[in-house]
Amino acid sequence: MSDEIKVKMTDVHKTFGKKVVLDGVTLEVKKGESLVIIGGSGTGKSVTIKCIQGLLTPDSGSIRVDGEEIVGLSAREMERINAQTGMLFQGAALFDSLNIWENVAFGLIQGKKMKRAEAKEIAIKKLAQVGLDADVGMLYPDEVSGGMKKRVGLARAIAADPELIFFDEPTTGLDPIMSDVINDLIRSCVKDLGATGITITHDMSSVRKIADKVAMLYKGKIIWYGDVAEIDRSGNPYVEQFINGRADGPIQMEIRG
Amino acid sequence: MNIFAPVGRVFLNFLRSVGRLTIFTVKSLSFCVRPPFYFRTLFSQMVEIGFYSLPVVALTTMFSGMVIALQSYSGLSSLSSEGVVASVVELTVTRELGPVLAALMVAGRVGAAMAAELGTMRVTEQIDALTTLSTNPFKYLVVPRILAGIVMLPILVLIGDVIGIYGGYLICIYKLDFNAVNYLRNTWNFMQAVDIVSGMTKAAVFGFIVTLMGCYNGFYSKGGAEGVGKATTNAVVASSILILISNYMLTELFFSK
Repeated sequence: MSDEIKVKMTDVHKTFGKKVVLDGVTLEVKKGESLVIIGGSGTGKSVTIKCIQGLLTPDSGSIRVDGEEIVGLSAREMERINAQTGMLFQGAALFDSLNIWENVAFGLIQGKKMKRAEAKEIAIKKLAQVGLDADVGMLYPDEVSGGMKKRVGLARAIAADPELIFFDEPTTGLDPIMSDVINDLIRSCVKDLGATGITITHDMSSVRKIADKVAMLYKGKIIWYGDVAEIDRSGNPYVEQFINGRADGPIQMEIRG
Repeated sequence: MNIFAPVGRVFLNFLRSVGRLTIFTVKSLSFCVRPPFYFRTLFSQMVEIGFYSLPVVALTTMFSGMVIALQSYSGLSSLSSEGVVASVVELTVTRELGPVLAALMVAGRVGAAMAAELGTMRVTEQIDALTTLSTNPFKYLVVPRILAGIVMLPILVLIGDVIGIYGGYLICIYKLDFNAVNYLRNTWNFMQAVDIVSGMTKAAVFGFIVTLMGCYNGFYSKGGAEGVGKATTNAVVASSILILISNYMLTELFFSK
């Protein structure tokens, strides 16, 4: 891990109508570091990473990737930034019309203009890296299980050897054993590539396995940031309530009757 | 409660939709002439729109031609003008019914499918995945569909015209005992270049409308399965209405004196 900053967010605000989702998020991730953003549903975790990827434009604030300001970049310029990133989506977001190897090789063929045969070879290697046989490559997404879809999504995220990888709720909907397998794969893939990882999750076993640093989002603000080793003695009542999964505490769920 | 508030809200939503559709249209057209071009996707869309719509367009125009022959005969025979039936069939099929019916059939078959496919891609984050894989979703998803619609609908209409005229021929020759040579000669002699040109122009415009509305409604669908259902309905309803309105405007353009 170096001291160089890979991603830096400064005072980022984002609202949808009257709902304030990000309320001055300030955050930085060093190169090679794995940051996990935790927080309850609707606290702005997904919006945070979508802003970094250029899928959403913040209302104000600055986001820098490798020192380059990305807020206000054109779609074409964002394509250049995104060429160095990978993303594992919550539901894997595999393309139904393409088979598994074509899904994994998609960024290589369309984004990097690689020849299909060459891209297929890399896709098969990446599938092997996440523990899937070459035969799986010929199947279509609706023919594989949820856990396998996540692995394929992970293979697609690392196919182009990205410098920055995003993981959106990587273990949601998986059984505990498969969750652990995915966590191990994420850890090893990020380490092998020497990439920077930004994960959003509310699964504490993922946090403990994947994270170097943890940030907690609450009502659109970062209310705690620190090493994963410090999370159990954070002294922050919000963090304590969240990691222990208690209903009582300062975080009150908004339940409309 | 202000009774004008709901009216104002509806009006503002309408203006917002018009603005968004205008931006979508301009964006789509501008990307049509800017690389990269996805020829593989374009070809598969041409097959989907052109080849697979052929049976439904053929059946519709065939029976329409047959009905026009019967109706015009029953009206014109009382004026002893049966000889005009061939020209009525030719004129109605090539100028109006061919393009309009083919477009309405394609709107129901292809426009709805496009809205459903893109809508599902939107709600399952596949469109976001394209962006993160450095692929512009407009260029990859929208442009090939629009180009395929503009190219294939005129071809479908041309085939539909021939089949529609043949439908009229079948009724006139085998049911109404017309002379086949005279019927064909009347059809040929009465046919003008403007009949075909106006029909093809209308078809290209309708192809653009059907694919644009299918892509637009799918691209911006939200709210899960219900949202995809709404997008599909909106695509078919909006394209059907726009086809009928633009048909009148194009007819004015070509034939008003």
